Amino acid sequence: MSNAPVDHGRRRFLTIATSVVGGVGAIGAAVPFVASWMPSEKAKQAGAAVSADISKLEPGQLIRVEWRGKPVWIVKRPQAMLDELATHEDKLRDPASEVEQQPAYAQNRHRSKKPEIFVAVGICTHLGCSPTYIANDFAAQVEGVSSGFFCPCHGSKFDMAGRVFQSVPAPSNLQVPPYMFIDDNTIVIGEDEGTV
Amino acid sequence: MFKNLMSWIEYRLPFMEKMNLHVVQYPAPKNFNFWYFFGSLAMLVLVNQILTGIWLTMNYEPSAEGAFASVEYIMRDVDYGWLLRYMHSTGASAFFVVVYLHMLRGMMYGSYQKPRELLWIFGMLIFLVLMAEAFMGYLLPWGQMSFWGAQVIISIFGVIPGIGEDLTLWIRGDYVISGATLNRFFALHVIALPLVLVILVFLHIMALHEVGSNNPDGIDIKKDNDGSVELTEADKKFTFHQYFTRGGKKVIVDAIPFHPYYTVKDLVGVAGFLLIFAWVIFFLPEGGGYFLEPPNFEAANPLKTPDHIAPVWYFTPFYAILRAVPDQLFGAVFMFLAIVALALLPWIDRGSVRSVRYRSGLHTANLINFCVSFVALGVLGVLPAEGIYTLLAQIFSFTYFGFFILLWFYSKNEKTKPLPVRLT
Repeated sequence: MSNAPVDHGRRRFLTIATSVVGGVGAIGAAVPFVASWMPSEKAKQAGAAVSADISKLEPGQLIRVEWRGKPVWIVKRPQAMLDELATHEDKLRDPASEVEQQPAYAQNRHRSKKPEIFVAVGICTHLGCSPTYIANDFAAQVEGVSSGFFCPCHGSKFDMAGRVFQSVPAPSNLQVPPYMFIDDNTIVIGEDEGTV
Repeated sequence: MFKNLMSWIEYRLPFMEKMNLHVVQYPAPKNFNFWYFFGSLAMLVLVNQILTGIWLTMNYEPSAEGAFASVEYIMRDVDYGWLLRYMHSTGASAFFVVVYLHMLRGMMYGSYQKPRELLWIFGMLIFLVLMAEAFMGYLLPWGQMSFWGAQVIISIFGVIPGIGEDLTLWIRGDYVISGATLNRFFALHVIALPLVLVILVFLHIMALHEVGSNNPDGIDIKKDNDGSVELTEADKKFTFHQYFTRGGKKVIVDAIPFHPYYTVKDLVGVAGFLLIFAWVIFFLPEGGGYFLEPPNFEAANPLKTPDHIAPVWYFTPFYAILRAVPDQLFGAVFMFLAIVALALLPWIDRGSVRSVRYRSGLHTANLINFCVSFVALGVLGVLPAEGIYTLLAQIFSFTYFGFFILLWFYSKNEKTKPLPVRLT
């Protein structure tokens, strides 16, 4: 052990330098631990977007695709259905879609990007049953409305834009997933321009 | 021979010396009442949880496919599996009963006040970890309420602006609550959080023994040794560890050694507690649907939401505050503040008289207001958030925070009663 005087400046510098280098190392070592919590490749694959061909979709027809384990409806609505959306808004719980059950581009009367193509998760917002599509005889459920969705489990009713009617158990409108059109015939569910 | 062995060990690891310091020669105020049972009872429940928890993992299967069935297997096919599981699930509720009463004791007798602020902070950290532990444990049976309760609680993190959505994705490890979430919650529930909990309990007790136990009178039992203190016959009866007398600078009055006096007293508390605990396990293991909620006897189903989602009873006071605020983000903020306010009690309370016995009538009324608000919020958190219940939850959230605000104002110049010199 030498008796040389302590160089405090040098000691402080070495202490700080060691702490900084060690700290950076600790942060680097934390990366794998934190990152391993993100969805795995397998989970990402299972939750990936799905595409559907809508070229053969007839007016008034509904097709189902599965996305993240849920049924997603794609309906091509004829003009008459679209016109009807404006006529019964006083009977709806949330006609302007103020509850966030849809991406911003679907917060309109027809709750869709293209007015005629309606996309929604086909699960009742009440207890998760899948409502039935009634194309023509919906007036038996709601007077003066010719088509809509009726949930057989607890009688919740939705119009052709998935908007919930008043005095039914379901609290909010049907959920609209993010989606985009690749071309006129192909739709991608689960992704939109904002996420890619 | 034995004596030689003991001194051989003692020289290398001073075990007896530490036992004397913390147990046999630890001075505890002589006037502890039943409120002082709950600290040792909390330790007892912790041991119960660790022991039954280890045994449950021997038959539990942490996967979305197997979890629910493995819990049924434990309940039906494993010898005494039902008992181990009910001891664990009832233990969770008992833990919160005991901890809430322990905290109320601290509030009544001002045990958070100087110099016990850090002790209180460690206690609050234990409370936070305990809540995380209970929440994650509740997901493991993978029942309907496990799944949807977790859904609601995790989505609370989603309201944080900017990072919320990514944060919930990171917590879940999937786009929905799935096996990935279940597995990480299992790992945290059985390894990480119990370790943290045990370390915090150790620090809590070390911090307690450094400053000494408070008592129902809220006055110090360690006096300056300046010749002004008259020792009674009883005071001279016991020897306390010289660490507490600071080598003669302090004299200790009205104290008794922790062992055997309070170890034996706590045994009475333990017996009383176990009587009630066993009664619940054997005759009311589901706690009337509050300890184990009815929807949880159905396996988790992501496509089917239960009629009414309510957290387990011990979270409901905070859950009621969350729902009482119309805005989602502010609801989460206020729920968080409800816990932060408790942690800040040592600084919100600016008084110097500790015990409610010698504080103003206003303080007593305010404490009652706190208890009533807390219990009322707890009841409202179980009920659906509609109509009059929402309004009531808002009123009681207001009075809950009102306790802290009022306390800050009146505690500075509070009219208190004269303190006794010695314990009564």
